[in-house]
Amino acid sequence: MTGTDASAGTGSRDVAGAQKPFGPVAAVFIAAGIGSLVLGILTMAAEASASIKSMLEWSKAVGPLMGKTLVSSAAFFISWGVLHAAWKSKDPEPRKVWIWTSVLVLLGLLGTFPIFFQLFAGE
Amino acid sequence: MSFTSREFWTIVHGMGLGAAFLLAFAGGLAGLWSLRPGLVTDAGVVERAKRLKIGTWTMAVAAWLTVLTGSFIVYPWYRADTTGACEESFTEACGAKYALLADSATAQWHEFGMEWKEHIAWIAPLLATAVAVAVSYYGVKLVREQGIKKVLIIAFCAAFAIAGIAGALGAFITKAAPVI
Repeated sequence: MTGTDASAGTGSRDVAGAQKPFGPVAAVFIAAGIGSLVLGILTMAAEASASIKSMLEWSKAVGPLMGKTLVSSAAFFISWGVLHAAWKSKDPEPRKVWIWTSVLVLLGLLGTFPIFFQLFAGE
Repeated sequence: MSFTSREFWTIVHGMGLGAAFLLAFAGGLAGLWSLRPGLVTDAGVVERAKRLKIGTWTMAVAAWLTVLTGSFIVYPWYRADTTGACEESFTEACGAKYALLADSATAQWHEFGMEWKEHIAWIAPLLATAVAVAVSYYGVKLVREQGIKKVLIIAFCAAFAIAGIAGALGAFITKAAPVI
């Protein structure tokens, strides 16, 4: 998903006067999608593999939930930072950003749904 | 009349932060919905945008604090295996998780309810933060970005719905087996 330079943008959003590039908003939404997806993947992976589950168990009291949630939160903040730096003056197409965000969040929701992730339960 | 430390944190997690989240959502949604050029004056937009920032950031912060207190303070009490053999033989000293699993009539509250709640809840702060960032970024200009505003409303409602699922499951699980 590449963006065009904001200064080259035309269309209805110019009506606002000094148009703001959409890149920073796109960055945080795609990052939210990435964080959700990572949470879904880790939830399925921990269910499927005992070694991954124990790798994510950073605290005996909290169990693997600590690793899953902190890694997915880190994925959100890091991808937000990286995408923000890359897109801060860009103007990616909003429609594509919303679609990608929806797909990533929906995959994250699927991966964290027990009836789905328990299908991957290891022996 | 007093609370134990566990009761206190359960109240902070479920009722205190939950109430803040609910109030911030209601305020934020009303603000986003009514932010239309024909409905407010220029001065009104400035005032409305400020309130909108406060509402959306309050919701985002409340969402983060709710998952942090829930996962790292309350949840360890819920899953505490105090005897080291709670899975095999449940005693009063075991966490609420084992009380649920000990009875086939309540086991699904853990196997489905808590398993869903503990994971899905973490998606709410991601979406709430994204909305708060977008609202802060556009500020008063959001009134002219009606297409973006509509998507922000959807994301805002999605964050609320996700938190609502987690909150409702939490209430039902606590009713079946309170963390005490």
